[in-house]
Amino acid sequence: MSANNEIDYGTPASSSANQVTLEIDGHKVTVNAGSSVMRAAAEAGISIPKLCATDSLDPFGSCRMCLVQVEGARGYPASCTTPVADGMKVCTQNDKLASIRRGIAELYISDHPLDCLTCAANGDCELQDTVGQVGLREVRYGFDGENHLDSEKDTSNPYFSFDPSKCIVCSRCVRACEEVQGTFALTIDGRGFDSKVSPGQNQPFMESECVSCGACVQACPTATLMEKSVIDSGVPEHSTITTCAYCGVGCSFKAEMKGEQLVRMVPDKNGQANHGHSCVKGRFAFGYATHKDRITTPMVRENIADPWREVSWEEAISFAANKLKGIQAKYGKDSIGGITSSRCTNEETYLVQKLIRAGFGNNNVDTCARVCHSPTGYGLKSTFGESSGTQTFDSVMQSDVIMVIGANPTDGHPVFGSMMKRRLRQGAKLIVVDPRSIDLVSNSPHVKADYHLKLRPGTNVAVVTALAHVIVTEGLADEKFALERCDVESFTKWKTFVALPQHSPEAVAELTGVPAETMRAAARLYATGGNGAIYYGLGVTEHSQGSTTVIGIANLAMATGNIGRDGVGVNPLRGQNNVQGSCDMGSFPHEFVGYRHVSDSQTRVQFESAWNVALSSEPGLRIPNMFAAAIDGSFKGLYVQGEDIAQSDPDITHVHHALRELECLVVQDIFLNETAKFAHVFLPGSSFLEKNGTFTNAERRISPVRKVMTPLGGKEDWEVTQDLSNALGYPMNYSHPSEIMDEIAALTPQFAGVSYEKIDEMGSIQWPCNEETPDGTPIMHAEQFVRGKGRFMLTEYVATEERTSSKYPLILTTGRILSQYNVGAQTRRTENVAWHEEDRLELHPHDAEVLGISDGDWCGVKSRSGETVLRALITDRMQPGVVYTTFHFPHSGANVITTDNSDWATNCPEYKVTAVHVAKVAQTSAWQQEYQDFSDNQLALLENRIAVNE
Amino acid sequence: MQDYQTQKPTVLEILDTHQAMPGNLLPILHGIQDTLGYIPPAAVVDIAKSLNLSQAEVHGVISFYHYFRETPPGDHTIRICRAESCQAMNGKALEAHAKQQLGIDFHETTADGIFSLEPVYCLGNCACSPSITIDDEVIGRVTTEKFDRLLATYKGAK
Repeated sequence: MSANNEIDYGTPASSSANQVTLEIDGHKVTVNAGSSVMRAAAEAGISIPKLCATDSLDPFGSCRMCLVQVEGARGYPASCTTPVADGMKVCTQNDKLASIRRGIAELYISDHPLDCLTCAANGDCELQDTVGQVGLREVRYGFDGENHLDSEKDTSNPYFSFDPSKCIVCSRCVRACEEVQGTFALTIDGRGFDSKVSPGQNQPFMESECVSCGACVQACPTATLMEKSVIDSGVPEHSTITTCAYCGVGCSFKAEMKGEQLVRMVPDKNGQANHGHSCVKGRFAFGYATHKDRITTPMVRENIADPWREVSWEEAISFAANKLKGIQAKYGKDSIGGITSSRCTNEETYLVQKLIRAGFGNNNVDTCARVCHSPTGYGLKSTFGESSGTQTFDSVMQSDVIMVIGANPTDGHPVFGSMMKRRLRQGAKLIVVDPRSIDLVSNSPHVKADYHLKLRPGTNVAVVTALAHVIVTEGLADEKFALERCDVESFTKWKTFVALPQHSPEAVAELTGVPAETMRAAARLYATGGNGAIYYGLGVTEHSQGSTTVIGIANLAMATGNIGRDGVGVNPLRGQNNVQGSCDMGSFPHEFVGYRHVSDSQTRVQFESAWNVALSSEPGLRIPNMFAAAIDGSFKGLYVQGEDIAQSDPDITHVHHALRELECLVVQDIFLNETAKFAHVFLPGSSFLEKNGTFTNAERRISPVRKVMTPLGGKEDWEVTQDLSNALGYPMNYSHPSEIMDEIAALTPQFAGVSYEKIDEMGSIQWPCNEETPDGTPIMHAEQFVRGKGRFMLTEYVATEERTSSKYPLILTTGRILSQYNVGAQTRRTENVAWHEEDRLELHPHDAEVLGISDGDWCGVKSRSGETVLRALITDRMQPGVVYTTFHFPHSGANVITTDNSDWATNCPEYKVTAVHVAKVAQTSAWQQEYQDFSDNQLALLENRIAVNE
Repeated sequence: MQDYQTQKPTVLEILDTHQAMPGNLLPILHGIQDTLGYIPPAAVVDIAKSLNLSQAEVHGVISFYHYFRETPPGDHTIRICRAESCQAMNGKALEAHAKQQLGIDFHETTADGIFSLEPVYCLGNCACSPSITIDDEVIGRVTTEKFDRLLATYKGAK
């Protein structure tokens, strides 16, 4: 159902540049050629009754409610399927049309329950509106004939119900599943009177191929597909546009409210990243925000073996400040640091790094991007001059060849994944480089990879260089582009390097496991197939040579001229909602806001004068260095906002060891997460619904986050950081996040033109936004590279030190799944567990057979770092020799096994390659048992906390 | 009903032989029904995978055409024409008679598993109305007596 008070134009907008003028009900109307008569009328403010048409879907012409008369044309054409023509004269209302429409409405209503007053869609029902519009007053057929009123309701999906008795079989849900989401999980079963909407093979929704994106619910004009939250609470009364806090797509949503209660999240059709689409997380999985596990009172304790003590905000802040000051007095200025969050807003992240640089007086700030996209920052900055993706999401609709490397968009970035699939169904070619057969390879209807380079984990660089070898040696490079736009010397050197025989596909076929011919064909396709776009994810970055692969990808784009216009580019798919933003905001120990090095005195002076404090020119500690320093005793205090390093970071036993060594760990979060179990101070965080700010998505789009309810803990996150800073003696005095954004804009060239007023006016802005580009920059490097000339860099393959051996014969790689998000702190506290209630170990049938493992067996997974136990999932998605798991549940211990190997340039951990030994076992691992005891104990300390008023 | 695992090789072989043919879904469905007598619902997973379609799409096509069935038929399938010409030549009486003789309605199979009864709309044999088919044989000018004789013959053949 479309949200309240929003115009539905009935059919999609036409992108034609030509205009057509026609007359509708005596009014002259000028619209784009190719528009439907229905849309032209709607644009002129004339509403034609309709049921099967909605502007997110192609016209279908099945309900016949929108018939009109066209002068000189025979009969009564459907306005949704009739294109406008110059000089056309259309009549939308007359007695004849009224009579036809009433007749149609009469038929619909003769087989519809007459329970409008108690129906969940009452007041938000297009059938109700349309029947009202056409003035139906009686149903001559009576209600005793054959009907569908006794159809059984399907309540299997946790978030919405399907009530076929209310269905008018307009097929909007079926078409939404096909056209918008691209899953094709719905069909019409049977024909004629027996027609009914059927998930899969007439199965309950939960047993079908449905991925619960909500597109069908959105499209349904009646109460047939209905959010259970609306059934429970009634139709929302007001709404606010905000930005989803899950992945890096950054979908725009309407938070539809009843007072301070969030009833539903409806994707905003004006959202520039998502265009009205959503996934199961953003659309439905918001229940965590008011989950009973939320901690809303500050807590402190001297020792992590003590029970928590609830205290006032003032006491908690001064407790933390005193501890941190005490540590600095005893161990020196550099003995404390902080970690910013990719889930928090730009303003909050900016404030945390400011607190550390200005308040703590050192540069010991890092962020979780360290463990995901830091190589992107390094690689793209070194080659193009800017640490970000080059394109806007919509650019994919102009791509002819799409290469996906180490990313799984349909799971990780589902809304963008749907857009990509739409383009692929239109005929774009697809190359997938991934050790695993992700859904795009062959498990998405009507989409199939032309080439799947199923490489051995850890050999990305060899593959990317081999692709370059083919492009150069077969003369497929765009020399003109490279010579004009790039540094010629680096290009020449690079050509010589990649052309060396040891980089040929034939030479690396055995190493990579990819047949040479496949690599050659893929390279030829990318270089010569038209607009070539590369999308990549953590399968590229989380390696010992993560930065090298990013550089290799940038080289490919420059060498083929695939940069600087629509349809091409290099596009990192960012994991979390604000990874781009947290990196932009100066979260790295060596960089101020806008990626300027702390040793650059010109920049530093600017910040010193704005912040009124002397700043250190020495880069601070990275996260892994903080852990190492904690263990060797030189690092004693840590402030962590909205991150769960005790679950998400590699070699978790090492991380836990480091956290236990801290004298003061301050955790600011909405839940007592794994990290908080090691904390001395807990400061209640606010969810994205409880604060104002901005998130920046993977396409550099700064979108508004708007407060729709009072923070449960009483403060927005930025207020807490401000209080802590003041208590530490560094004054901050902001009254609204917009003032923080104004400060960011004043100090950062890429953000100079950004303000809340402008975001409100434009909906969102893609940086760089400054004097030259006041409306932002959808496509970067259009005229020239940010660094001037694009720089080619050499990509020598160096095998990871993590190798298989007779003791550890398999390679473990990690990833994620559609229904869960990152460490799962949010999604595990929603009904999404219905899709994924535990992490499983995926392995190939051959390996399973050799190891004597059956589906569902418990498997001990042992690496050089540790051991854990997971249940087996046998699947031919895997290649023999490679196993896979996700890390959404803390007790799975996926990161007990991962090692402390990391990217040479950025220390980004090598999550994607761990040599392991797998065997069938009977019980959980020693680590899991120990973790369970620790966790149970910590939860008991929380349960028995001393209340604030005692 | 038969275990799908025993039918799967047949389904995969049919899928394989039609792999390169454009517009191959209907020929595949016919091929499976011709060989197995029906389209096992479990086969839909393999068909969808092979053609890069969703299971819902394949199911939609199967359920759209009344000719396709998802349960095993009797040994012989009788189809009675219900189109205009046959109706004009007493087809309705023939329908009623057939149902009564067999003790089943359309889309059903006799308890002994010998006959299934289906309606059909025009066999192109209008000059000899009313017409029926038994398995692949088209039979015209079917009176109730002739129908009974045919039943006896096919039953005897069993």
